[in-house]
Amino acid sequence: MNIDSITNGFVIDHITAGRSMRIYDLLGLDNLDCSVAIIKNVSSKKLGKKDIIKIDADIDLDFDVIGYVDPGITINVIRNCERVQKLSVELPEKLVNVIKCKNPRCITTTEQEINHIFKLTDRENGVYRCLYCETKAN
Amino acid sequence: MRSLIDILDFSVEDLNELLATANDIIANPSKYAEKCKGKKLATLFFEPSTRTRLSFEAAMLELGGSVLGFSEANSSSAAKGESVADTAKTISCYADIIAMRHPKEGAPLVAAQNASIPVINAGDGGHNHPTQTLTDLLTIYREKGGFNNLTIGFCGDLKFGRTVHSLITALSRYEGINVVLISPEELKLPSYIKKDVLQKKNIPYKQTTDLESVMPELDILYMTRVQRERFFNEEDYLRLKDSYILEPKKLKNAKKDLSVMHPLPRVNEISVAVDSDPRACYFKQVLNGKYVRMALILKLLEEADK
Repeated sequence: MNIDSITNGFVIDHITAGRSMRIYDLLGLDNLDCSVAIIKNVSSKKLGKKDIIKIDADIDLDFDVIGYVDPGITINVIRNCERVQKLSVELPEKLVNVIKCKNPRCITTTEQEINHIFKLTDRENGVYRCLYCETKAN
Repeated sequence: MRSLIDILDFSVEDLNELLATANDIIANPSKYAEKCKGKKLATLFFEPSTRTRLSFEAAMLELGGSVLGFSEANSSSAAKGESVADTAKTISCYADIIAMRHPKEGAPLVAAQNASIPVINAGDGGHNHPTQTLTDLLTIYREKGGFNNLTIGFCGDLKFGRTVHSLITALSRYEGINVVLISPEELKLPSYIKKDVLQKKNIPYKQTTDLESVMPELDILYMTRVQRERFFNEEDYLRLKDSYILEPKKLKNAKKDLSVMHPLPRVNEISVAVDSDPRACYFKQVLNGKYVRMALILKLLEEADK
């Protein structure tokens, strides 16, 4: 399978197999008009199988979203067809408008235009809780 | 602008200062009679609560201040669909401090983010009720002289009982606490509190369904009501509501200096016959609630004025 190399943009690598579509959705990549490739179930020495996303545009990438979905990911920054930077992500301390609180008693279910904020309360187990009602994110 | 939304907003030093002020108010009430003269407390109660609202109002009146507000959502602009954020901004133009109760969890935090005056969380659904925790702390402090090396039994609804969650969290910051959790299987303390608070702080605890077997160990017995409003299913409520009823005979094996506490209102979980037992502290708790709220209002207003 051949996928063209990219000129300026990002290669999101080492995505746990099966999670690429979630990242695609949360980053809103469907709104881009540049080339975006989702490559699923690529053989990987480290992971066995992995997914990769290639984005052929210099967009403002939300590292918090990527770190939340899959903290093992690496991001390669491509400029003029060459990798100029390799970045690792980690679980962000705070998520703003990435996920929504599912507690029907939470104020976020009724208050107008409120930001949905989750904070990292247990880094070891990747637990996030709603800032307002402390309900655990699923 | 400092507010009190969660008991953990206050450090142990803050709590010690508040308790000291509350004790001084009890000892010298006249010294505080005009401390808040010219100041206004807005009590924004989006759900009914006689005890907490009147306690706040009595606290402000005894400090020489005045009160305004509402006691149910129907008599506020919330009935017209106004957001909590807009209500908080509006009330900031009228009052100096807000005490808010709201059925939605996190509503007082939204108010604090939008108000230009201090906000006190007077209870947000099943989530937090920090001034009840302050009340409980002052009561324990006055009954036992401190918080260290106490065995505290929590009995009843430990799953939905926010006062229990907050008090355990607050007490976890003191040395030598032992916790005994007494509840039916269905109303056990949530595992995240056991993990994030008790286990994390290495606080010894045990769980049981049998109140009488652990009674002799307890320095404090904190009874709770099984709250109808926290159940989605009426059948579950009816099945669990009478799980523990404290009667005089159950106190026979208790320590002579046991303190029986309850955040009130009670339904039937403490027999009226227990009220005359000198170990019953729950009405003293109510009085302490007013004094600690006086200390809190004073502290927040003083900090706001700085």
